[in-house]
Amino acid sequence: MWVYEKKLQYPVKVSTCNPQLAKFLVEQYGGADGELAAALRYLNQRYTIPDKVVGLLNDIGTEEFAHLEMIAAMVYKLTKDATPEQLKQAGLGDHYVNHGEALFYSNAAEVPFTATYIQAKGDPIADLYEDIAAEEKARATYQWIIDMSDDVDLNDSLRFLREREIVHSQRFREAVEILKEERDRKKVF
Amino acid sequence: MAKNQVYTKSYHPYHSPDDPCPDPGEKHYSTPPHLYMGFQPEKLPQYTPKEALQKGTLWPALYDPYEKNQKLKG
Repeated sequence: MWVYEKKLQYPVKVSTCNPQLAKFLVEQYGGADGELAAALRYLNQRYTIPDKVVGLLNDIGTEEFAHLEMIAAMVYKLTKDATPEQLKQAGLGDHYVNHGEALFYSNAAEVPFTATYIQAKGDPIADLYEDIAAEEKARATYQWIIDMSDDVDLNDSLRFLREREIVHSQRFREAVEILKEERDRKKVF
Repeated sequence: MAKNQVYTKSYHPYHSPDDPCPDPGEKHYSTPPHLYMGFQPEKLPQYTPKEALQKGTLWPALYDPYEKNQKLKG
């Protein structure tokens, strides 16, 4: 079970009226390398990973939901006051027709989320290598969104999220090292 | 030296005299600090809790802020 804290992991502030940024940001909401994919991937893989790294997948998977919530807050703030006409100009006309003002799990090109974005291969090294790659891809996605954005307050939050991808990648790399060590130790016995 | 320059590498793709657009020059890509760390050593220096919450990491050794258009500017 989870304990919910009614606050964001890091403050989210948007300083420009620019609904087009919301269109870019949903890549991290329901895209292949987004926070939803990350959370679902890790919290599912954790059941069939060696005991020593279950906790890591549990903790990082949980944090990804906190990131998902931050992205949702950003998208909501950028779109809540926009008229349908402004949404259309921002490239969100298709979204409005299908979802109105609601958020939805799709990528920046409106392709809906699919479980085929993620994998659980049941092989600890294969799964952790996928996780490392996922963190690097999410880091890169944040870089490209920052490049697209002139909103300094939004970019501050995105920079925080990108740094978390770096720390997560580091921890997954350490998890691989832990599992490699385990194999060596068995040889000694 | 700016900290993020340490974690950026660059290359210069071939630009033909026949290419219509101006040569943008060097292309930069991120090589953040965790790529070089291996297993994190114990007792690394830490930020204060407040600073760590702002930066997204407790350790200066893992901090790599990304600036807009770093790809172009390095």
